[in-house]
Amino acid sequence: MLNKDGIISLAELAPLIPSESRLKKGPVAMAECIQDIPCDPCVLACPRHAITMKAGITDQPHLDQAVCNGCTLCVASCPGLAIFVVNMAHAPRSATVTLPYEMLPVPKEGEVVAALDRSGKTVCEAKVLKVMKSKVYDRTLTITIEIPKDLAMSVRAIRAGVKVGRK
Amino acid sequence: MSRKSEVFVVGGGPAGLSAAIVAAKLGARVLLVDDNPMLGGQLVKQTHRFFGSSARDAGIRGISIAEKLRMEAQAIKKNLVVQLNTSAVGFYGEGEAGILTPERYEKVTYERVIVGTGAVENSLNFENNDLPGIYGAGAVQTLMNVHGIRPGKRILMVGSGNIGLIVSYQLLQAGVEVVGVVEAMPTIGGYLVHASKIRRLGIPIMTGHTIVSANGDLGVTGATLCQLDEKYQRVPNTEFEIICDCICLAVGLSPLIELFQQASCKMVFVPELGGLVPLQDGNMRTSNPRVYVAGDASGIEEATTAILGGRIAGARAFESLHGPSSDAQKIVDDAAGELKSLRSGSTGNRIRWGRERVTQEIASC
Ligand SMILES: Cc1cc2nc3c(=O)[nH]c(=O)nc-3n(C[C@H](O)[C@H](O)[C@H](O)COP(=O)(O)OP(=O)(O)OC[C@H]3O[C@@H](n4cnc5c(N)ncnc54)[C@H](O)[C@@H]3O)c2cc1C
Ligand code: SF4
Ligand code: SF4
Repeated sequence: MLNKDGIISLAELAPLIPSESRLKKGPVAMAECIQDIPCDPCVLACPRHAITMKAGITDQPHLDQAVCNGCTLCVASCPGLAIFVVNMAHAPRSATVTLPYEMLPVPKEGEVVAALDRSGKTVCEAKVLKVMKSKVYDRTLTITIEIPKDLAMSVRAIRAGVKVGRK
Repeated sequence: MSRKSEVFVVGGGPAGLSAAIVAAKLGARVLLVDDNPMLGGQLVKQTHRFFGSSARDAGIRGISIAEKLRMEAQAIKKNLVVQLNTSAVGFYGEGEAGILTPERYEKVTYERVIVGTGAVENSLNFENNDLPGIYGAGAVQTLMNVHGIRPGKRILMVGSGNIGLIVSYQLLQAGVEVVGVVEAMPTIGGYLVHASKIRRLGIPIMTGHTIVSANGDLGVTGATLCQLDEKYQRVPNTEFEIICDCICLAVGLSPLIELFQQASCKMVFVPELGGLVPLQDGNMRTSNPRVYVAGDASGIEEATTAILGGRIAGARAFESLHGPSSDAQKIVDDAAGELKSLRSGSTGNRIRWGRERVTQEIASC
């Protein structure tokens, strides 16, 4: 349970997972933010207005999967580091996840890093495809990693600079 | 030596700084004192991105908000005098205060004072809580984020409010291992996105647990934890030890209110706002008509609300001296509107209840 241990449960996660048909089409964002906190930078960050809040700033973000094209611009805007972009259409057996990163060391493109699930457990290794730095991101990087497809809904963090044990 | 000011502002955090900026821009002669060498209050150690509304600084790092306010203050050429490394040490009589600058003790006379002194950290009772290696979260942040010094190698965080969660994240960024976050309540106190952020980097969050003792002779070598039942009683035989060389307490803040008491402001105890706070009206005026309050000193909240409360206090303090002003009214209306939306929703419930209790039309008292 999210409010007991910080790990979003499957039931809590279910409504956030994009539909099978949307996932097939390519990258799409998931805002794993289900509490009505006073926060709204994600709404402004999205150039397509895919993220909305109906009841004002303390509403949860509502992400319209049909409008989102997975551009990843919202990822670094979120102070909760709660937005991820998943691309299931990346390759037959692998998917990509784009996530925010504010730790050291910064991995290089092509480097293999440890991929962690929502509890911090290393579940596989991940290849870093892209490291995005931008002035507007204000020192938050967005990193795109490639991982096995079946782990695309599990992997939500990376650890760089460590030896990754092969599973 | 004596200094004259129309509006005397105590505290250069987001609340006091915003109040001083507004009052000076409207045309009041303002003296601002802060006991730190740098303006910004708590913000100078907040390296994370802030919550709040995008209309006002959300998504920006605390340090950058401080910088923005400092620049705004510096741009004011007239009316604003800032005195750093200076504490307001007492209020005397009507419109008189004592300040301690690095050189000397001075007297300040004022027509209105806006007190934005912020808050003090709470401590916690447990065995050996005076061992070297036990810090408040504020001290950990100051060491790490202002001076670049790691407080230890393996740290245990006590408290899962936003401060505990955010400081845990900053410790990870500094390369310190965080062995866990302990929380007495059955659920996490802070925002869940902050909790998930550290959980996915491997930090266990132990709700329904407390710290029984700090262990070690000359310094912390570990901590004994145990489970709590739903009545917050220790569950027998659930003790276990966790190895660490540092314990960080993030168990809440209390408004810093001595100056209000010296000014004979009526105080009320409001647990939702962190304890004793001065009774205040919707214009941030206390029961002493010369004294205004803003920021965490008016009730523990956030930087955005501190800025907005400060703007209201600054505008109203100006009007109370120079008469009604449409510019001041606009500042108040805008700030009040923003405050209302920030305090909406379920996470704002406690604050709203607290605010309702403390905000009274106090003309009658
Ligand atoms: C870890 C942490 C994370 C936070 N994260 C967020 C966040 O994400 N979003 C958000 O909105 N808020 C956040 N906050 C809260 C925010 O920092 C505070 O609410 C805000 O700084 C309060 O502003 P203030 O001006 O009332 O007090 P402060 O910032 O505490 O400033 C008070 C100033 O007054 C000075 N002072 C006190 N007494 C005297 C005296 N007698 N004479 C002279 N000077 C005096 C103090 O030294 C200090 O500089 C966070 C706080 C912490 C600790
Ligand atoms: S990924 Fe791009 S289009 Fe999708 S929600 Fe984020 S910013 Fe909008
Ligand atoms: S910016 Fe992030 S934390 Fe804030 S509301 Fe949007 S998704 Fe939630």
